[in-house]
Amino acid sequence: MTESTLNKLKILAEAARYDVSCSSSGTVRNNKDKGIGNTVGGIGVCHSFAADGRCISLLKVMMSNVCLYDCAYCISRRSNDIPRATLTVKELVNLTIEFYRRNYIEGLFLSSAIVKNPDFTMECMVQVAKELREVHRFNGYIHLKGIPGASLELINLAGRYADRMSVNVEIPKQKSLQYLAPEKNHKNIYEPMKYINTAVLENREDRRSLLHVPRFIPAGQSTQMIVGASDDTDHDILTLSSSLYRAKSMRRVYYSGYVSVNTYDSRLPALKQPPLVRENRLYQADWLMRFYQFRADELVDPKNPNLDLDVDPKIGWALRHPEFFPIDVNKAPYEMLLRVPGIGVKSANLIVNARRYRALGSDHLKKIGVVLKRAQYFIVCRELPSAVIGDLSPEYVKLRLMLPSGPSRRTVDRYPSLF
Amino acid sequence: MLYTFDGTFDGLLSCVFDAFARKEDVTEVLRTWDEIPLFCLDAMRHVDTELAHARRVWLKLEKCMSRTVLNSLVKSFLYAPVEVSFYSTLFRFICRAMVSEIRIEGDFGDADVLAVLNNSRKVSYEASRMRQFVRFQKAVNGTYFAMIEPLYDVLPLAIGHFVDRFADSRFIIYDRIRDYGFFYDGKESHRIVLSSDAPHMVTGNLDETIADADEAMFKKLWRTYFNATAIPERTNPRKQRQDMPHRFWKYLTEVNGV
Ligand code: SF4
Repeated sequence: MTESTLNKLKILAEAARYDVSCSSSGTVRNNKDKGIGNTVGGIGVCHSFAADGRCISLLKVMMSNVCLYDCAYCISRRSNDIPRATLTVKELVNLTIEFYRRNYIEGLFLSSAIVKNPDFTMECMVQVAKELREVHRFNGYIHLKGIPGASLELINLAGRYADRMSVNVEIPKQKSLQYLAPEKNHKNIYEPMKYINTAVLENREDRRSLLHVPRFIPAGQSTQMIVGASDDTDHDILTLSSSLYRAKSMRRVYYSGYVSVNTYDSRLPALKQPPLVRENRLYQADWLMRFYQFRADELVDPKNPNLDLDVDPKIGWALRHPEFFPIDVNKAPYEMLLRVPGIGVKSANLIVNARRYRALGSDHLKKIGVVLKRAQYFIVCRELPSAVIGDLSPEYVKLRLMLPSGPSRRTVDRYPSLF
Repeated sequence: MLYTFDGTFDGLLSCVFDAFARKEDVTEVLRTWDEIPLFCLDAMRHVDTELAHARRVWLKLEKCMSRTVLNSLVKSFLYAPVEVSFYSTLFRFICRAMVSEIRIEGDFGDADVLAVLNNSRKVSYEASRMRQFVRFQKAVNGTYFAMIEPLYDVLPLAIGHFVDRFADSRFIIYDRIRDYGFFYDGKESHRIVLSSDAPHMVTGNLDETIADADEAMFKKLWRTYFNATAIPERTNPRKQRQDMPHRFWKYLTEVNGV
């Protein structure tokens, strides 16, 4: 490792940072035969937090940024005059192992620009994963990007070493994608995704009935969409997400607020700031779909194609459905508790337990962690109800909920860290 | 009645045993060296830790609560040193669990039950932060070294994770506040106490005389990576501090500047 590696690492980490996925979740693998590493299940481990507040879990780096393509939204596009670099297999393996041993990271997230052609690129990436697993007996996390257009045999090979793979959709509508990234098309993206899905499910089946079948991408796949580079609406985005989640192996869809890197390209909007609020609302909506049993069409529809930026989508839904409230926390089923703004999964669980012992009042709810400031308009509990949404108007409740509430306490539902 | 005990978990269970055996009405439980509350007029008694007594209480507890709750109970005990009134809470919680006809563990409307759950979460959270924020440096002899200062005594909860993960190496994780650590020698881990005059026992940082030749380079690579991976247009120091509180920065290679 020398100064030249240092320079390459800088260039290729900067190139990789616009891919937001960093999660190390989804696999449980104990250390085998005194090798190095294990993978803890659940939500993964964030080892650090960068100056932008995002979690650093994996060494997220491009193998190379020497790209054949010219996607409008990408910093590494062919027509940009920027420093280019390629890390060797040996350098990548070394960095991963040495960083891992110091407990800096959970593993490697390797992506790449298209060097020479998709197959060549994918092959080099597979080589890195293979060496980590077979030469260094590395049991930590490996996330490999599936290169659109690479052969399915190579994707299959990659899947034997990777915990997770991802092929990025980037732009939700085919028409917009063609406009911004003429060398790409949805077929080259969805084909490997579908292939991965089938192979993962088959592998799970096989492992159930046969002994000693090696695992294939145990942590499933993820993907990413760029938000705000094209004129696609939240409705387009969330409808696509919800159909992607129908594939059993699809664990996460990430949303990446577009950072204006190529301001000279007139096909792109000139944004001063990435659309962070919109991105956050999309994550919240995504969260509601995955854990709160909301459907995409409950959150957005052709009449309201974009999420309300002012309020959390859960509040948005509640305000559009005053007839659903107030609900009685001492009686309502769990699923209904989940729909109340200010009640999260954790507090809903505590409530269903606690109310078997006594009728709960607002004091109990507060201690349990319910955010009464918001929940108060939507519930009744042991005490007499205060004014609820049916008596007030949705517009009024919305205004009240948007009032700032002191500097320190967070006013939104506690969604766990989003990256 | 006020009980004092030696601060161990078995000691606390011994207090429970005594309270039942002697039918005493105990309002407060403290460690021998804790400050006695002002205006306390109650009689005081010191309870000696009796392993046999503690064991009987524990066996009874295993019958009146689930494994998960027993776990929370033990974990939340580690929280008590920072808020000593919590010993009395734990004491009440255990006594109530033993006499109650129904299982009390889901009764989150009760302040004691909720406090046990919440404090055990704080302890688990601190243990998981060790998994996140421990940073090793490699020493000349190949042993990896890390210093920590956790809020609670969570090293015993976290060490298993590192032993599994780095099974093929040798390492030390040292709790500077409680002045002990674990040394894993490649086969098993030992509890150790190191003499505290070496400079790295104060700073947590191995200087060039004892660090591996490549250590400085990898620190530099990691810092370079750490800075390069942040998107400048999204700078958000508030969120960074929220998820990585300042108290950890001293030993975090990427931000401590040593
Ligand atoms: S293929 Fe497109 S998105 Fe990927 S690195 Fe090249 S220009 Fe960027």
